[in-house]
Amino acid sequence: MKLHRPANRHLLVALVLLVLPFIIDSLFGHGWVRIADFALLYIMLALGLNIVVGYAGLLDLGYIAFFAVGAYTYALLGSPQFGLHWPVWVVLPLGALLACIFGVLLGAPTLRLRGDYLAIVTLGFGEIIRIFMNNLNAPVNITNGPQGISMIDPLHVGDFSIGQRHELFGLDISSLHLHYYLFLGFTLLVVLVSRRLENSRIGRAWMAIREDEVAASAMGINTRNVKLLAFAMGATFGGISGGLFAGFQGFVSPESFSLMESIMVLCMVVLGGMGNIGGVVLGGVLLVILPEAFRHGAGPLQQALFGAVVVDPESLRMLLFGLALILVMLWRPAGLWPSAQRRRELAPDETVAQQEQETVYDHSR
Amino acid sequence: MTTVADTLLELRGIGKRFGGLAALSEVSLHIRSGEIYGLIGPNGAGKTTLFNIITGLYQLDEGTFQFAGSSYARCKPHVLAHAGIARTFQNIRLFANMTALENVMVGRHVRTHAGIWGALACNRATRDEERAIEKRAHELLHFVGIQRHSNTLAKNLSYGEQRRLEIARALATEPKLLALDEPAAGMNATETESLKELMKKIRDSGVTVLLIEHDVKLIMGLCDRVAVLDYGKKIAEGVPEEVRSNPAVIAAYLGGEVTEAPRPQAGEGLG
Ligand SMILES: Nc1ncnc2c1ncn2[C@@H]1O[C@H](COP(=O)(O)OP(=O)(O)OP(=O)(O)O)[C@@H](O)[C@H]1O
Ligand SMILES: [Mg+2]
Repeated sequence: MKLHRPANRHLLVALVLLVLPFIIDSLFGHGWVRIADFALLYIMLALGLNIVVGYAGLLDLGYIAFFAVGAYTYALLGSPQFGLHWPVWVVLPLGALLACIFGVLLGAPTLRLRGDYLAIVTLGFGEIIRIFMNNLNAPVNITNGPQGISMIDPLHVGDFSIGQRHELFGLDISSLHLHYYLFLGFTLLVVLVSRRLENSRIGRAWMAIREDEVAASAMGINTRNVKLLAFAMGATFGGISGGLFAGFQGFVSPESFSLMESIMVLCMVVLGGMGNIGGVVLGGVLLVILPEAFRHGAGPLQQALFGAVVVDPESLRMLLFGLALILVMLWRPAGLWPSAQRRRELAPDETVAQQEQETVYDHSR
Repeated sequence: MTTVADTLLELRGIGKRFGGLAALSEVSLHIRSGEIYGLIGPNGAGKTTLFNIITGLYQLDEGTFQFAGSSYARCKPHVLAHAGIARTFQNIRLFANMTALENVMVGRHVRTHAGIWGALACNRATRDEERAIEKRAHELLHFVGIQRHSNTLAKNLSYGEQRRLEIARALATEPKLLALDEPAAGMNATETESLKELMKKIRDSGVTVLLIEHDVKLIMGLCDRVAVLDYGKKIAEGVPEEVRSNPAVIAAYLGGEVTEAPRPQAGEGLG
């Protein structure tokens, strides 16, 4: 089998992804399969934010709000909260649609803003959504306030619920594994959609706006529509991911949608490599796995080294996380795996003067 | 086929103020299909402001603006691009981190249709359109003579090549009127000469050209008609020979012969 043949490589990747939960399960234990599930949810989120930040260049600090909209839509329509138990295939798309609408609602008033101003307004929007979720329990109880909504229906199709283990093809497959496959499917779909958008007329328009909005509009791009499209697409991904999250956890509360979460997703995009799908996926994987590894590893490691737990693993985790961020930004400002375009953008300017010299002496024209 | 005498762009009594400064007042001009129309004037005369108005980047305060028979006052830039006015910028505004080819492909945006659904479905029509966009972009790079740089980032091109790339990108929008804001600025004599040939080629391909230029020699040898702005007012209009000997024009250019005016400074406002 020749590995450099794309078809063969895809086959190999597919095989690895298929057996991955079993490998993780046997090597690290069941808990890590759950972490892998979360990693997939975050990758979807990061890919959605990548459309807004990476392609269109619009800094959005309230992105987690769309995740919240998707999650609460699922929670309210599939839990004892209102006694509604709508089918998943209705609730998930509805959550995505609502998130998309919220994306446009947020986008519309910020169309004239850029950079810092846009960041601040979107940050405020994210907080508004969270505060609403927190306070919509009186006078009429809708969201159950800070207690959140529990006993949410598991993800299911008809009677087949992946909230429990199943006997499939003679294999006993646990709920976590089933979620892994479902989330993997959605993630691959999101990757495919991102790739198609990136290499399309719309994708080019997003990048043109990122590069120079005035020139883009003079070239006939309706900057308002194209920006709203970016917000809407990004929010849709967030909404889908949110719905899956609610079904997976069985519980949602406003706490899960804090500013810190928005920043975490942004870090995945920026650290991994803005505008590059592979980089964003890498960022998502790393930022889910590394903190968990610290959480599990830091205590025992300190025991072994110093005979006692000197620093609380939780604070050590944040400390190392901050340090890692600084190091990456110092050494690889365009991210760990940047898009070809971003790499060029953030690289020290290839001396234009030198280029100019070359062309002066180039009489081949 | 349009006849030369058709009016393509007609401006009447255009006024534009910035606070207390009247950047343009009572400016009227009409540009005929198929000509190369020159716009000259000292620094700060309002030439770029006029471009910004006809491309929708600024809104006019007074006057009327007709293009190809329809009125376009207070329209968004993309509407005017769609109507058929394309431009280049005095301070080059390329998509710096996109390749030359991608820059021109963006120019095709306004004449193509694939939306989000087309991109997602990636159907036959979308793929055909993408291929056509790329093909046309290659042709245009060839047309302006920088095809061998198609995969170079715009910001790594030489100054003259960037100016040509801006022209290719503007032509990609299939304009009826191409407005060039000092395309020869910063070019040497040889480069200017080949730029002149390029502009003739553009005119011969059926595109009307509106040209701002400080290089009077270039204007005289190229333009069918010339208008002169000074302090926001039109002080002369006519064939180049006429304008060159117009006393008001000579006075505007520091009382001397109309020769090389001082180079403009880069980095101001839009354009
Ligand atoms: N956005 C703006 N805000 C305030 N003043 C402006 C703005 N744009 C242009 N002006 C002023 O309007 C006047 C005309 O400027 P404009 O750029 O149109 O001149 P120009 O003829 O293109 O000159 P140059 O040859 O230097 O390019 C100048 O005094 C300029 O300072
Ligand atoms: Mg100017």
